[in-house]
Parts: sequence; C-alpha cells; structure tokens
Amino acid sequence: MKFRHLSRIVSLAGCLALSACSGTQDTFLLPGGPIAAAQRAELIKILGWTMIAILPVFMLVPVFLWRYRYRNRNARYTPDWDRSWLLEVLMWGVPLVIVAVLSTQLYRTTHALDPYKPIASDNPPLRVEVVGLDWKWLFIYPDLGIATVNELAIPEKTSVALDLTTDTVMQSFMIPALAGQIYAMPGMRTKLHLLADAPGRFEGENTQFNGTGFPAQKFQAIAMTQAAFDAWVAKVRAGGQPLTSDSYAVVAEASTGAEAQKRLDAQTLPAGVIHFATVEDDLFKTVLHRYMHGTPVPPSAQPGAIGYDPQAATGEQDR
Amino acid sequence: MSTPNLHPGLNLGTRHGAAHEGAETIVFGFWIFLMSDLVIFGLVFASYLTVANPMGMAGGPGPADAFDLRSVFIQTMILLTSSLTFGFATLAMRHEHGRRAIAVWLGVSLLLGLGFLVMELRDFAHMIEVGAVPQRSGFWSAFWGLVPLHGLHVAIGCLWIVVMLVQMAVLGLIPVVKTRLLRLGLFWHFLDLIWVAIFSIVYLGGLMP
Amino acid sequence: MSNAILGRLDLSSLSIWRAIENPTGSELIGAGAAMLVIVGGLAAVILLTWFRLWKPLWRDWLTSVDHKRIGIMYCALALIMLARGVIEGALMRTQQAFGLHGGFLAPDHFSELFSTHGTIMIFFVAMPFIAGVINYVMPLQIGARDMAFPVMNQISLGLTATGAALVMISLVLGEFSTGGWANYPPYTGGDFQPGPGPDYWIWAIVLAGIGTTLSGINFAVTIYKERAPGMDFLRMPIFCWTVICTSIIMVFALPPLTVAALMLAADRYLDFHFFTNDLGGNMMNYVNLFWLFGHPEVYLLVIPCYGIFSEVISTFSGKRIYGYMSMVYATMSIAVLSFCVWLHHFFTMGQSASINVAFGIASMAIAVPTGIKVYNWMATLFRGRVRMTVPMIYATGFFYLFVVGGLTGVMLANPVISFQVHNTLFLVAHFHNVIIPGVLFGLLAGYHYWFPKAFGFRLHEGWGRAAALLWIAGFSFTFLPLYWLGLQGMPRRSVTFSDPAFQPMMWLALFGAALIVSALGCIAVQLWISIRKRDQLAVPLGDPWNGRSLEWSIPAPPPAYNFAVLPQVCARDDFAEAKADGRAYRAPGQYEDIEMPDNTAIGMIVCVCATLLGLALVFWIWWLAILSFAAMILALIGRTFRVNARHVIPAAEIAAEHRAWLARIEAAPAVDRLEETHERNLGRAVLEQPGRLEAAQ
Repeated sequence: MKFRHLSRIVSLAGCLALSACSGTQDTFLLPGGPIAAAQRAELIKILGWTMIAILPVFMLVPVFLWRYRYRNRNARYTPDWDRSWLLEVLMWGVPLVIVAVLSTQLYRTTHALDPYKPIASDNPPLRVEVVGLDWKWLFIYPDLGIATVNELAIPEKTSVALDLTTDTVMQSFMIPALAGQIYAMPGMRTKLHLLADAPGRFEGENTQFNGTGFPAQKFQAIAMTQAAFDAWVAKVRAGGQPLTSDSYAVVAEASTGAEAQKRLDAQTLPAGVIHFATVEDDLFKTVLHRYMHGTPVPPSAQPGAIGYDPQAATGEQDR
Repeated sequence: MSTPNLHPGLNLGTRHGAAHEGAETIVFGFWIFLMSDLVIFGLVFASYLTVANPMGMAGGPGPADAFDLRSVFIQTMILLTSSLTFGFATLAMRHEHGRRAIAVWLGVSLLLGLGFLVMELRDFAHMIEVGAVPQRSGFWSAFWGLVPLHGLHVAIGCLWIVVMLVQMAVLGLIPVVKTRLLRLGLFWHFLDLIWVAIFSIVYLGGLMP
Repeated sequence: MSNAILGRLDLSSLSIWRAIENPTGSELIGAGAAMLVIVGGLAAVILLTWFRLWKPLWRDWLTSVDHKRIGIMYCALALIMLARGVIEGALMRTQQAFGLHGGFLAPDHFSELFSTHGTIMIFFVAMPFIAGVINYVMPLQIGARDMAFPVMNQISLGLTATGAALVMISLVLGEFSTGGWANYPPYTGGDFQPGPGPDYWIWAIVLAGIGTTLSGINFAVTIYKERAPGMDFLRMPIFCWTVICTSIIMVFALPPLTVAALMLAADRYLDFHFFTNDLGGNMMNYVNLFWLFGHPEVYLLVIPCYGIFSEVISTFSGKRIYGYMSMVYATMSIAVLSFCVWLHHFFTMGQSASINVAFGIASMAIAVPTGIKVYNWMATLFRGRVRMTVPMIYATGFFYLFVVGGLTGVMLANPVISFQVHNTLFLVAHFHNVIIPGVLFGLLAGYHYWFPKAFGFRLHEGWGRAAALLWIAGFSFTFLPLYWLGLQGMPRRSVTFSDPAFQPMMWLALFGAALIVSALGCIAVQLWISIRKRDQLAVPLGDPWNGRSLEWSIPAPPPAYNFAVLPQVCARDDFAEAKADGRAYRAPGQYEDIEMPDNTAIGMIVCVCATLLGLALVFWIWWLAILSFAAMILALIGRTFRVNARHVIPAAEIAAEHRAWLARIEAAPAVDRLEETHERNLGRAVLEQPGRLEAAQ
C-alpha cells in the first residue's frame, strides 16, 4: 500500500546516505530495534495523512496563479465573492478529521512507546546506569559490577533498562537507531528502555549542547549475542581498572573521552573508551544524591564547572 | 469615540469632563499593564510552589523556623487599612472634597505603606538572622524572589504617592493628575490583592501542619 | 579581578586586544567583527557630521513621537540587525561545510555565533520589524491619528534599541553567552559560565522585553480605543485582527521571559538557587518558564505576518479576503492555543506519557486554524485578478515552503517523533522553515507593499524580484538539506561532525547560504537604486496598488496627523467600497484644528541610561549601574511634570494641504493594473470592473 511503498523509499534513501560510512547505524530510518522501527512507521504515517491536506495546496496554488493571472481575459472575476458554506465546511472539516485521526494515533503510540515502559522480551532485562559527564558517557552495569566510558555493550533481543543522570549540566542521551532521546539532569533520574533486534553497532550521542567538547560526545552502542556479551563482560573484568572515587573524579573532569582515556592510561582500547573492572558501591546513587544533601556543591567539587579540582572533589565525596 | 459605559473600575463621573474621558484610554491601558504584572506574580508564585517542599528546602530552615505570623498578620491589617484610606482619597476626589482632603488621605495611606515596609524589613532581618537567606536553598530563593517583589511594588507605590502629592501641589487637580490618581489607586488595591495571596499561600500555607 | 571603578572590565575584555595577544583565525574573525562595529559607528558619526544631519536626525527622528517615524526607525534597526544575523548564519554554514573533523572556527566562537544569531534574529530582527510594521500601518488602517500612548511608544523603541546595542557592544567588549538563544541553566549558571556572556544575554533580553510588553499594551489600547467612527471590530482589516492577537501575546507571554531571565540573574549575581544543581534549585522551572514565553513568541511573530499576507493577497488579487470571519476565528484560536503547547519543546524531559499526549494533541490542533488560513488565501486567489508583484512572489514562496514547515511541525508535535528529532538539525530546519517563509517573507512582502506609502515612491521592481527569488531558492537550498541531516541524527549546535556522509548536504546548505547573502545584497542594492530613481518611482497620490483599506486613502507619505478629517467608516475594505461608490477623494465640509503631541527626548534618555545600566551590570560597575538607573527614574518622573506637551495644527493649514492633494488627484491620470509598476503610476487607481476583462475595457 501507499505507506509501505513510502517506507521502502525512505529506507532505500537511508541506505544510500549511509553507504559512504562505516558499519555504524546512526539513524532511526534504519532501525536496529522495535522502538526506532515504530518511530519510523509513525513518521511515515504522519507524512501520508498530512499529504491529504497539503497536496491540494501544492497543486492548486500554481493553477490559480496561472488561471487568474491579470492578463488572462477569459477567467471569471468575482471581486465581491467572499464566502461559501460548502468550502467553509470542507476547509474546517478536513483538517479537523486529519488531526482527529492523528490524535488518536498519537495517543496510542505515545503510550505504547513511553520510554519509561519496559519492553517485553524473553530474556531477563539488563540494567544500566548512565552518568552524563562533560563530554563523555559513563555506563555502570550495577548487576555485573563493571563500568565503561563511551562503550555500551548490550545483548541482543534483551530489554535494556537505562537509568540516567548527569554530574554536570543538562544533557540528552540518544541512540537514534535503537530509541529516541531522554534528558539527563543533575540530581534527577530519568529512564529509557531500548532493545536491539540483532547484533550491530549503533552510534549514540548527546544532543543537548554542553560546551566546547560537545560534538565529540559520541559513543558506540554494540549489540551482541549473549555469548559474545558474556565474553565482553569477562574481558572488561580481566582488563579493566577499578572505578574508585579518585578515578571517577578524573573521568568527571571536563574532557573528551579520548583525553580521559589518556589520563587513565587506557589507550589500548578503541578511541575514547575506558573499561572498569570494579565499581565503587552505589556510585550512581552517590552522584544522584550529591545535589540533594543540602550542602552546597562549590565549583571546585562540581564536575564540568570552571575551577573544578578532582582532588578537592574526592575530599568532598568522602565527607 | 465615547461610549457611555466606561471600563470597570474606578470612575470619576461625567462632571469631571476631560479627566473622565481621558480615563477611558489611560485607565484601560493601565488595566492591561496590571494584567501583565499579575502574570509575573502568578509565575513567581508557581515557582515558589514547586520548591515549597523538603527537596526545595535542601535541609535548610523551613517556614516554621523563620515566619512570624503575628507580625505578618499586623502587616496584613496595615495594608488592608491603607487600601481603605486610599479608597477615601479616591472618593474625596470623585466628590470634589478638595485637594486638602485628598492629600490627607493619601498621606495616611503613605504612612501605612511605609509602616508595612518597616515591619516587613524587620521580618526579613529576623529571617537573615536564622539563616533563611536566599543563598541557603531553592525554597528561600523563591521566597525572596516573591515576597520582596511585592515589597518593591509597595515601595514604588509609596514613591508614586509622594510624586502625586507634589504634583497636586505644583500642578493642581488638573485632569491628568486625576487620571494618575485613578491609576495609582488601581495599583495600590492590586498590591493588596497580591498580599492577600501571599498571606494565605506563603505564610498560612507554609505554617500549616 | 574586579575593581571599584571599572568592575571586571579590563584590557582582555577587548576582543581586538585578545586577537593581538592570540592571533588565531577565530580570534581574528572576532576582532574583525569588532572593528566592523567600531568603524561602522565612526563612519555613521562622520557622515552625519559631514552632511550636517545631526540636527534633522535629532529633531525629525530621534525625538519624534509620530508612530510612522517610530515605525520606520524600528524597521531600520531590524534591517541593520538582519545584516549581522545573516552574516553570522552564513559563517556558521561555512564552518559546518568545512566541519568534518575541523573547520576554521574555535568551538567557543561557534557557540557565541549560534547564540547571538538566534538572539538577534528573534529579538532584534523579527520583533522590531514586526513592531515597526504594526506601528506604521495599524493606526492608519483603523483611522487613528497616532498610538494611544505616543511617548510610551518612543520609550519602547528606546528599550528595544538598548537591547540591540548591548548585543552589538558584546562584539567589542567581552563575549556573548555560548548557551544558545534559550540560554538554559545550569550551563549558563555562574559555576559553568562565570564570564560576562550570559549577563549580556540577560540584560539585552530583559530591557528589550520590557519595551515589547509596553508596545503590546500600546497596540492593544490603540485598537480598542482609537478606532475611527464606524470602524467596528468586524470591519477592521485582517492585519489589525492579527495585531490584537499579537499584542495579547506580547502582554501575557513576555512576563515569563522576564521572570526566567531575572531569576537566572539572581542566581548569577546574588548566589540564589532558582536553577542551580545544588541546594534545591530546579532547572526544569527555567525550561518551563522559557517556553511558556517561547512558544507564544513564535506565534507573536508569525500572526502579524499572516495579517500582512492577507492584505497582500487580497489587494493583488483585486478581491475581498475570502472567509473574513473564518480568518478572525482562526487567528484568535491560534493565539489562545499558543499558550497551551509550550511543553512540546521538551517532550524528552521525562514527564509522563499522558502529559506528552495532552500537549502533543494541543500542538497538532494548531494545524487546523493554520490550515484554514492557507485555504482562505487560496480561495482569495480564486477568481481574482492576480498580479505577480514582489509581495506576491514572496506569498507564493510562502504558500509552498510554509506548508512544508507545517508538515514537519505536525511531525514534531508528535512525542514519538520528537524523541528522535528533538535537538537535531531537523528541528533547526523546522523552525527556520516557519520563521523564514512565514515571518521574514511576510515582513519583506510588507516592506515592499507599504514602502511607497511611507516614502512616496515605490521600490525598484526588478531588484525586488531578484531578491525574492533568491530568498526562496536560498532558503530551500540551505534548510531542506538540514531536515535530512537531522533525520540522520546530527545534533544541532555541532561545530564539527565526524560522519563523512553528511558532507554533501553541508555543501548544499553552504550554497544556499550564499544565495541568501546575495538576496540580502539585492535588497540593499534595490534600496539604493530606488532612492536614486525616486522621481520615476514616485506615487505621491498614495494608492499605487489599488488598495482596499484606509491607509491608501491618504497621500504618500502621509502628513503627521494622518487624516485631515477622521474618516467615517461604512464597510469592510472601506476604501475599496468608497472608490466603487464614488465616495473616495471627497473634500470634507469643514476642517478642524488638530492637536498633536510634542516631540520629546525622553525615549533617547531612557535608551542611553538603560544601555549604560546594562553595560554596568554586565561588567559589575556598580556605581554606574546605580547612577544610570537613578538618572532614568528621575528623568521619567521629571517628564510626568510636563503636562500639556501638545501643539495645535491649525485647520487652515490642514485644509490647504488637503485641498492641494485633492486637486492633484483630480488632475492625475488613473492607471489600470497593467501599468501598476510603470512610471505612469502616480498612485491613483482606475476602478476594476467585475466580469471578464474585455468587457471592462
């Protein structure tokens, strides 16, 4: 049908645009999971429905401009004609119907695709805690006791439940090919659920401007088979360093992933990636609650701030 | 354009001639300004309400530690009385009781306004003493954004009364002075209304168990 | 860091000094812009002195309270700022075209550019341009002699100029915010940006915002109270209806911005905790307050442009506007709905799906009245006699492009899609797609349409057509590719990018930007040529387009008092009806004295004091802040002691002027629409007969 036809065109064009780059998927036009796929379907549906209202404008404007041009002596001229009940009903009625249809659609999909809603899947869900930092993402796997910077490995066909916050200014977390974005804000926890249908590499990013390193705040989300994921976890456990309050304070400093990687001597990993074999207990909660303690967080203890001092920050956290 | 029905609010009556007609446009404009000001207060109120909770107070002092209901009640009475006396000033103008009568009632309103401000400043000093300062928490930031904003309006109102007293003396009760007094009256009563909201929401609401 | 006399102002605040110390390409561009401001200012001073124009400038313009002159000054301000905004936009496009892993601009400089570009385009181009057109046209259309509050009108202009001046000064002294035009905390809080940047934004916005609120009050009261006899609400031109809606939005939607900006100022200056990370601050309040202003704001901008298109399309089709009542209802419902949709700017902030649904549906609902308007304009073309003049070219571009913007608007109103394209170039493309074809094309159409009324001569048609076509093509090439990049997930505000697949679209966008710059060049050349050829383009009789509303019934340029005798309005499109009935151009039985307000310097005093106040606050020069604030208040109070500041224009003088004009009308040839853009068009139109054209001739 019309919609399916359109969708084929859209994916074809998406492929064309991507043919130049590496194997990383970075758009919901080429979805890697059910959420992004549903979002693409929604886009196409809206495109189709609104065409009913838009195509008449596209087609009739040039017709009218030509037919009723001043020099055309054959066209009728009715300077005082200014209303018609039939037209009035059509003009109000058609857009109303379209908006009503789209509204019911919106009601259904917004609830169905609520990012706070877990995604049904056969495998047990994976929990990941995400801390946005200037200009990198820290992923903590609370059930596995490991953490990474700028690398989000997930098993395929598994619902991933993300809890997000930041330890600096507001950021927005998005892996376009898997799911839409959600803001991460200091002292607050937001949630996002996503699922990858098959192994693949997806680009993730921050979309909320947060300073000079902003365009570098990208990461890879890697969906893998369960076996590959287990191997990855083992690798992180074997090769990673501990994530202590000291190393966290260094990671939290305003720097790109590559710069932080250098500071922590992890250059053997892909650019910008750091692995942590152990994580200090409740790091996510500590970050979340730092702003709720009722004590001021001075710039020296505020990651991302001008004048942030990792040493002072460590002292602050120990207190 | 002259229509028999003027906008709602304080009217002078047709025998005031130019002042009555001038009010048509000028006082209407002032009503619109007040609506805009009301939106400002509404938003500051809304901001206050979003942080009037333990999270907004961030472990700092709460309303019970810093509010003195007796003092605030007296302030309320003073301000309400000043509205009454301002009403007398307007009536004196409307019924042409002479400049002196108007000036006396304006003066009384001014004194009451100043009294209100003095008491409010004493309350603020007390709050600073117990650490209820805007630097302490989001809650106190919102409080200091809201209540002193009203206080600032009252101070502006007082300055305006002084200017009007001078203008009545220098220019006499010419139409433009009359319409200015009408607008000042609206402003003064408007501040009362805001205060009633502050008293009930901030003070009574804050001290409610 | 900070001293008592100069606050935190020091040598390194000078961008030129920074470029001398650290001559990188980015700093040099900054210094070049600063030089441009200084040289431009100096050149203006020298030219004014050379041609001895200071006195006329002061007497006829800066101290004038005439709504027409104030309107023209608003438009001039907007056009100057438009030049800066377009150059900044082109600079950003160039950076991004070369932005695959690099480019020539430092990230901070790029961030300043997108922040000033947005701030300038919204607050100091679109808003003053709209305020200018409303100021000029609305009182003429309702048959008024001036605004309800002429002096306050001048003060509004002064405050708007203050904001623009502060943004211009930020090129020379210090730097501007890097937080975008929305300036979200905590990024713009004291911890993360301690410098003067966000403070420039705050004071420019607050001071100009107060001016806009006052304008809104002025426009509303003028329409409610100053209409000519017989000008019922439902006889007003559609443009005036849109002005009512816009002024309502000005009065109610500017306060949230003022509140948000002042709270941010309290955080930055006094260590308050409205929006900080710690101690119970909540940045979500800022986001809500800002968009509680921000969304009505875009309708504030576009609604008057709907009005301009209504006038233009109806005039150049030689027809009544189709569906007047539908237009009124649609405009009003857009104005009301605009207050109920602000949350769609942050569907992604983590609130419940039900809230997103409510705001999503409300946002989509706006598409209904907007669609009605587009259909009504099409129905106005239907069975009309359409002349493709410059305003109509803009209108045609508007028909096509604005509808595309509406389509993507419906997409963005859907939370499900918004989760994907929010904060990406898709969003950038969308709002440019409504603001350029909707607002800017509307304003430029209005500029061509009413320019002859304001100056007595038409703008050159050929250069105008070139500019219009270049704008349409430039817009399409620049922004349609950005939709695609946004769908590919490219975030907005990226100084560089790493995906080579984005490159071709970036080059396309750069080409478009070059077209837009040349469009702007065409507008400048057009103005220059039109002034040189003003004798051939002259339309002193006042009705070059066979106009339909009252502003065309008076000479061009109109006298200071607008109407020799206040018109008695009998119908909608009264002037068109009058021409048809033979009521037009009749000498009145008798003329009366007209009382007009005197010129005053108060607007300029407020402007200078407020600029000093803003600068003093930005650089912590407390003594100057106190002094300039006190001076401003004293000047305003002092002004209230000047009563009866009015002068009388004697009836005899008015009668002589009016009769002379009527005599010229009598003698002048009436031209038909084939000669509309011909030298023979002196501003008197021949009556168009209904039916087929040959029958009429």
